[in-house]
Amino acid sequence: MSVARHWRETPGRYNLIGTKCGSCGKVYFPRRSLCPECRRASMGKMESYKLKDEGIVFTYSIIHEAPADNNALKPYAVAMIMTDDGVLITGQLVDVDLDKVEIGMPVRAVLRKLGEDGPSGVINYGYKFAPKK
Amino acid sequence: MDVGIVSYGAYVPRYRITPSEIGRIWGIDGEAMGKGLLIHMKSVPSPDEDVITIATEAARNMMSRCSVDPKDIGAIYVGSESHPYAVKPSGTIVAETICATPNMTAADLEFACKAGTAGIQMCMGLVGSGMIRYGVAIGADTSQGAPGDALEYSASAGGAAYLIGSEKMIARINKTLSYTTDTPDFWRREGSPYPSHGGRFTGEPAYFKHIGSAARMMMSEMGTKPTDYNYAVFHQPNGKFPTRIAKELGFTDEQIKDGLLTPFIGNTYSGSVPLGLASVLDRAKPNDRIFVVAYGSGAGSDAFDITVTEEIEKYDRSKAPTVAERLKDTVQLDYGKYAKFKGKIMMG
Repeated sequence: MSVARHWRETPGRYNLIGTKCGSCGKVYFPRRSLCPECRRASMGKMESYKLKDEGIVFTYSIIHEAPADNNALKPYAVAMIMTDDGVLITGQLVDVDLDKVEIGMPVRAVLRKLGEDGPSGVINYGYKFAPKK
Repeated sequence: MDVGIVSYGAYVPRYRITPSEIGRIWGIDGEAMGKGLLIHMKSVPSPDEDVITIATEAARNMMSRCSVDPKDIGAIYVGSESHPYAVKPSGTIVAETICATPNMTAADLEFACKAGTAGIQMCMGLVGSGMIRYGVAIGADTSQGAPGDALEYSASAGGAAYLIGSEKMIARINKTLSYTTDTPDFWRREGSPYPSHGGRFTGEPAYFKHIGSAARMMMSEMGTKPTDYNYAVFHQPNGKFPTRIAKELGFTDEQIKDGLLTPFIGNTYSGSVPLGLASVLDRAKPNDRIFVVAYGSGAGSDAFDITVTEEIEKYDRSKAPTVAERLKDTVQLDYGKYAKFKGKIMMG
């Protein structure tokens, strides 16, 4: 993925910025330029929307075979998080013992390294989720 | 114009390793080393944490405790000696994560362990002169210690962020001053993965001379004595140095105990004094007076005379974890996992 493509994703990755349809009010994450429900009616009406950074674990899975960027972290949990806005987001769980992960567990978004383009390449940061304390 | 702390936030990673575990690998009595340094354990960053993520967590905690509009922040300074990039500011990323961009300035600072307090001084100048409304100063590090070196027993990770302004201050900074000389007690050359140090030279002509001089200058200029302060926070490369300098200056163990975190988290370098001060602010009451002296090798000391205001009664410290809360949920690592987390294993 090019530097520019990563950069375009930073509002969502850093601050959970998605979009809200100005026609029907539905929230999308990652952001969309068109509401699939309202279609033409949503044109020009899609607004930036900052999701709540807290939510609960909706469901999860334990990852044992990880991509290279996450090799040092395995095994780890990846979860679907239902934010307090009611939007589902997929993200890695951090700072949690795997035997303590459970559906319904309150979590909050934290910024972590997602990966890097080699030792001299750009470092990519984004949201992961930690237990809410 | 009065300038001071409007809000603050702290962050310490969850993982720990003990001196005895490090000593086990290198054939050294680590327990004795830990006792000598007064370090029971040190914090270790997760593989996906670095200065930018630590600074962000601290800054977000800082913002969650106050109602300041991030767009009113005019400057962000991140002080560290372990910025992830050699060229590319940590501050711009932190600024973006708290939604403070784009009408602001940012820069990364480095002055060994006192780059965070240097940032506080810079923000004080900008706020005091009316150039900006609020400034953010962050001290954070994922400090390095070469495998087997004495530094490996103390070099740890953590940071704290301070929102400096002149409105709704929870603590007024009555005065700051610095004492700076060219003293090569500790350094890291460009491209070197680990720092070098002058061994015992880091003590008398470096730490003790600079902290002692800045502290005496401050008390002389303010017309104060140690008993005028409720708390004192000194740079803490280990537990022993700050305890000794406090005694030499006439401060008691009671005055320094709440700001002395090294025994439980190690030396967080640029995060050291900012975290110690955060721990004091976590429990401070109106009119408490706090004496702070940071030290950065190379070398210099920044001293601060601080008075907690009535505003702290309205300030909601519970909106972010306190330092003590951050020290509760910890996971001990063995040396193998520590080496993996710190990237000390060559992957070919």
